[in-house]
Amino acid sequence: MNTETTLLTRPTASVASMPLSPPKMTAKDLNFFYGKFQGLKDINLEIAEKRVTAFIGPSGCGKSTLLRTLNRMYSLYPGQRATGVIHFNGQNILDSGVDLNMLRAKVGMVFQRPTPFPMSIYDNIAFGVRLYENLGQREMDERVEWALSKAAMWDEAKDKLKQNGMALSGGQQQRLCIARAVSVKPEVLLLDEPTSALDPISTAKIEELISELKVDYTIAIVTHNMQQAARVSDFTAYMYLGELIEFGETDQIFLKPKRKETEDYITGRFG
Amino acid sequence: MNDHTHKQFDNEMEAIRSGVLSMGGLAETQLSRAITLLEAEENSALLDLVGADEQLINQMQIDMDQQCSQIIAKRQPAAIDLRMILTVTKIVNDLERIGDETKKIAYKATETSGHHRLAQMRAFDVARSAERARNMLQLSLDAFARLDAMAAAQVIDLDEELDAAFSATMRQLISYMMEDPRTITSALEIVFIAKSVERIGDHAKNIAEAVVQLVKGKDVRHATAEQIRAEVAEE
Repeated sequence: MNTETTLLTRPTASVASMPLSPPKMTAKDLNFFYGKFQGLKDINLEIAEKRVTAFIGPSGCGKSTLLRTLNRMYSLYPGQRATGVIHFNGQNILDSGVDLNMLRAKVGMVFQRPTPFPMSIYDNIAFGVRLYENLGQREMDERVEWALSKAAMWDEAKDKLKQNGMALSGGQQQRLCIARAVSVKPEVLLLDEPTSALDPISTAKIEELISELKVDYTIAIVTHNMQQAARVSDFTAYMYLGELIEFGETDQIFLKPKRKETEDYITGRFG
Repeated sequence: MNDHTHKQFDNEMEAIRSGVLSMGGLAETQLSRAITLLEAEENSALLDLVGADEQLINQMQIDMDQQCSQIIAKRQPAAIDLRMILTVTKIVNDLERIGDETKKIAYKATETSGHHRLAQMRAFDVARSAERARNMLQLSLDAFARLDAMAAAQVIDLDEELDAAFSATMRQLISYMMEDPRTITSALEIVFIAKSVERIGDHAKNIAEAVVQLVKGKDVRHATAEQIRAEVAEE
């Protein structure tokens, strides 16, 4: 038995220890246009199931644009269009016949600034659920408790469910938004800089929550905080000027990226 | 490599990089002095210098480790910066050990001046091995300075030769001791010296392996020389 061989290949051992995960979403030759401006160029990428995939890159590189194509959030705006294919559950979600409401229930999104509705904590969750399901009072109570528990909010919120969601702290509001996204039982969660408006402790709680949520959900996160990408994600995509420069395991990207552009960016050498 | 957006970060990284090189330069000088002591008769002034070098190297180890800790705490380094800092802390440890071994060589050298044939062996065979070890140290530091994985792999090859020379020296010394038990005390001193020389070669090899990891991102410790050559030849 040749022990040296195993030692030599040790840096890639993390791949073996992580069970291979089939892609939950697959983008093929994805291009995106804001009117005449091309925001994404020939993106090919797989989002692994029940893993966290992080998109990093400088402002304007297309990382949020890419995230917004994954649940067709861009379709709200005229003049924005995508070409290519994004496979999700055997369907190309870019097809015109796709039911966008169902898609967004399956692919939930949480935004940079917490966006609770001006209603009670309970109703913030129940509001979304009512759009998709007809639940009795008891079932709805259970669903609200379940969603708040998933977002690590239940203990804080259970005694003030009737209180206005806007009265919560920023970090609590963001977790309420995550609970709201989770409440309709999505398969994928898209997080667009979910902690950039939060203090370090709330940030740590959200990051902890992300590691808990990935047991059940596929997560894609856009973040400006590279250390956050390193901490929470399994895979990292580095984007620049609308192109996917490098995509790989986070452990590899942050220790020995393959491309010099990636190395320059994550070490703070970006001009 | 481009500059960091934070210029101060560049300065800090350059400080630890050049710190390794000046610490390594000092270890080389110290070893050269010890080799002179192996070759020549007693020289207490030179011996004092070797002792002072060792003290200085110890102090540099502490300073360098502190600088590395501060960069980690302040900058959260990643990729090449992280690999550089990890490499520096490893090299600094090896250089400190080399300083210790060199001091042992110098002090033992002054204790073995009695027996003629053994003194000859000390002045020629062991001193030549020590010169080889010094060369390996120099090459490994050059490889670090130039981020040259290929040159680092050559140092790893040289260590095999040094190990072979050490075995030859040991066999010879054992022969002397069996032949004439009165040589045992002096011969054992030379055994210790030869062992220290061999250890310096190992530390130089460690430095070279750290350079390969720095450049290639692969941990090549405990790999065979062939595997390391293959790794370095990639791309």
